[in-house]
Amino acid sequence: MQIVIASGKGGTGKTTVATSLASIAAEQDTVRFLDCDVEAPNAGLFLNPRLDTHKEVGVLIPQIDNEACTYCGKCAEVCQFHAIAVVGKKTLVFPELCHGCGSCTLVCPENAISEHLNVMGILEGGSTPEQIDFAQGVMNVGEPMAVPIIRELKKRGSTSSPEIEIWDAPPGASCPVVETIRGADFALLVTEPTPFGLHDLKQVAEIVNELGIPAGVVINRDGIGNNAVGAYCEESGLPILMRIPMERRIAEAIASGKLLLDAAPEYRPSFETMLKTIVAEVNA
Amino acid sequence: MKLAISISGKKLSSPFDARFGRAAAFCIVDTETGEWEVFENPALSASGGAGVQASQFVVEHGAEAVASGAFGPNAFDTLDAANVEMYLAPGNKAHTAAEVLEMVKAGRLPKAEAATHKGHHGGSH
Repeated sequence: MQIVIASGKGGTGKTTVATSLASIAAEQDTVRFLDCDVEAPNAGLFLNPRLDTHKEVGVLIPQIDNEACTYCGKCAEVCQFHAIAVVGKKTLVFPELCHGCGSCTLVCPENAISEHLNVMGILEGGSTPEQIDFAQGVMNVGEPMAVPIIRELKKRGSTSSPEIEIWDAPPGASCPVVETIRGADFALLVTEPTPFGLHDLKQVAEIVNELGIPAGVVINRDGIGNNAVGAYCEESGLPILMRIPMERRIAEAIASGKLLLDAAPEYRPSFETMLKTIVAEVNA
Repeated sequence: MKLAISISGKKLSSPFDARFGRAAAFCIVDTETGEWEVFENPALSASGGAGVQASQFVVEHGAEAVASGAFGPNAFDTLDAANVEMYLAPGNKAHTAAEVLEMVKAGRLPKAEAATHKGHHGGSH
């Protein structure tokens, strides 16, 4: 069962909720945790995995054999991202625009295109002290595209399937978030009760809805802002599965790398109930 | 020489558009005969790679020189590979394409020897 944690707005507490949920789940089930926020993965700071595997990942980009190329321009024509230009007797490749779809290689009538890996980041994996199978993607600084790294990271699921997988999504509501959410059985949307939180919650709720994934909401920093998030959840039929009040001691504990569960053990029953509710919803 | 001028209208008398990849259109004018034709820029609303697409487009339409306000790295590399000359016209004053044409003919515009700015690509694709 795959549970994705998303939020839209950054800093609402995705990783706070995801790491404690994984920790609770690991007490009974086999758990895998994927930190899909490849621009700034930080779940490892809370789960403390021993990262013993490292693998370079990226997309396959075209390499033109200038001897064989006849400058017919079919590769440039088929490329939806304008990553190839054919001008006169030159074929130019722009790696940072290439999405690695391979269309150019397929259409080349001269077989003048070979593909080689354009490294965009690394995947790191290992086990945590709680025996959670942990993996994260780390995108190279300056790299514009996160999606290929997330796609590779999620392939870890094809090797073995634990009972519970937790996918910690990046913030935002663009391609990397969609790529992370895709294929999940349940989406847990962490938000804060402010106009910013609501604005972005709506965007992610629409994505989740479009993908046909059941969802629930966690309201973090409850007590600040207003009740507009609560009202929105009610009118759109999104169950509020948990509320975490705004408390300085929680913020301090998180800032020092502690799990929410360890800092505030009184939330243990809420996490257990939330996990049970999600499992029941998915299995229903 | 066929010169492509980035413009924001449909005629040689239309205002010059200082953007290259995201220009609304290109006026391609023959500097000897004065004949001109306007083409809408297919890269105007491209999600990325506008510089490459616009460059390829003007080259395919026979441009041997381009006048615009700025050239990004991909546009520069593509136009340079096609041996297209790049003229930098000032974007801070409202000129028409016809005025830019006169400036090119009078040799008053500098040529871009390198990209004028970094790429715009990025964000979350």
